[in-house]
Amino acid sequence: MLGIVGTIPEENFPLISGPVSLEDDYIVIGNNHINVNRGTPAMIAAAVATLKYMDKPTPFCYLVGDIGNGKGCKLLYKELEENIINTSFDTLAFHYFQPEVTLFKKVIAEISKMPKRPTLIADAGFMYVAKMGGDARFFDLFTPDAGELAYLADEKAPHPFYTRGFILHEDNQVPDLIKRAYQHNNAASHLLVKGSKDYVADKDGIIEIIENPIVETLEPIGGTGDTLTGIVSALVASGLDIKTASAKAAMVNRLAGFYAKPTPATQIYDIIKQIPRALNEVLKNK
Amino acid sequence: MFNLFKKKNSEFISDNHGRGILVFENTTQVIKAENILKSNGWEIKVMGPPPNIRSGCDLVIEFPLIEELSITRALSEVNIHPLQVVPVNEDLLEPVNLLHEKEYSKYLMIRAANMKITVDRETNIIVNVSGGGCPDVPYLAEQMVDKHLNEAPQPKDIGHTLCAYALQIAYDRVVELC
Repeated sequence: MLGIVGTIPEENFPLISGPVSLEDDYIVIGNNHINVNRGTPAMIAAAVATLKYMDKPTPFCYLVGDIGNGKGCKLLYKELEENIINTSFDTLAFHYFQPEVTLFKKVIAEISKMPKRPTLIADAGFMYVAKMGGDARFFDLFTPDAGELAYLADEKAPHPFYTRGFILHEDNQVPDLIKRAYQHNNAASHLLVKGSKDYVADKDGIIEIIENPIVETLEPIGGTGDTLTGIVSALVASGLDIKTASAKAAMVNRLAGFYAKPTPATQIYDIIKQIPRALNEVLKNK
Repeated sequence: MFNLFKKKNSEFISDNHGRGILVFENTTQVIKAENILKSNGWEIKVMGPPPNIRSGCDLVIEFPLIEELSITRALSEVNIHPLQVVPVNEDLLEPVNLLHEKEYSKYLMIRAANMKITVDRETNIIVNVSGGGCPDVPYLAEQMVDKHLNEAPQPKDIGHTLCAYALQIAYDRVVELC
């Protein structure tokens, strides 16, 4: 089963855990209906759509409201520290979260005690804190974009905000940044780098580049990275190996974007609606 | 060679001489303190904290040590209390200063570090906010998207994290260009 950890952008949303379903443009957990706009709700919606297509159980999610002051995340860090060891997820995906190194390290200490360690995927704030704490290699997959890859490649930056200009510069090519991230042990075992071309890589280098269809207008749309993380997490939880799941997820995400005929003003749910059609197109050719 | 080293070393000391940092409980307080101190004309800079006091999503304010008393008093008057005041004795990390601009016909996208903002140049409406990983990013997007640049709340006023701060840098650039 897939477990997902993330945040909801509402200050008073309670700490909650349970299976999540998708009803139109809302994810539903317990009695809570959350609009799928961007961030973790978009990631979950993409995962739900993918798992449904793969005929797998809906994901089990740990969610808390947080608007950036970290109050909700502190509660969820504590919940994970106390209870994660009692779970039996095959795959665990971490998403938007307040980076806090001390609390994060307590959580991964508990995960390392689990009898069967799940496949660990991190994006957004959880990816930041994993690199910040020197624990990137504890994870199996990171899903950075170009700016975040530059952060992983900068061994001195504790947050993307501090990435040094000579690394962030556009002249730096993705393959060089991937190499540099691995040289300093700041990448997970696998990377799925999202951008105008998507790259699947590991410590030995680039494994696959996915560049079609080309949909330039996807970059400014909030949530397209979140949907990619949701799709790849669901495919890994469905039994695909990480490399295959990453390449297929990149194709599905691009194709769903293509089918949505987006402009830079398109909102993410229009793309999520196209995921089943894109999955059908990509996986029927496997 | 020795002289070169000596020169560089003395420049380093001179760069930090007389500077201190104000450490706060969270980034929200840093942003509030920065707004207050800058509006009062103090020569301060927002920087990355040194490794020994770094906990996660952090910023500190670098300031002239000689002004410590008046600065802490000014902050105290608005109920902002630094956790620590520490002299600077090493290089601090500079915030991101390299922006990427990309045009999609009538739309302009600006990226600062990991944050992107996209505006319709014909209407000056913010059409998308993307990137980032801290939990206020989806919140900021919700508050800013579909609003005119003059009417949207600014990340520095409602954000809390370094991602919000990066978005503010991108937002400032968009305002400059539109």
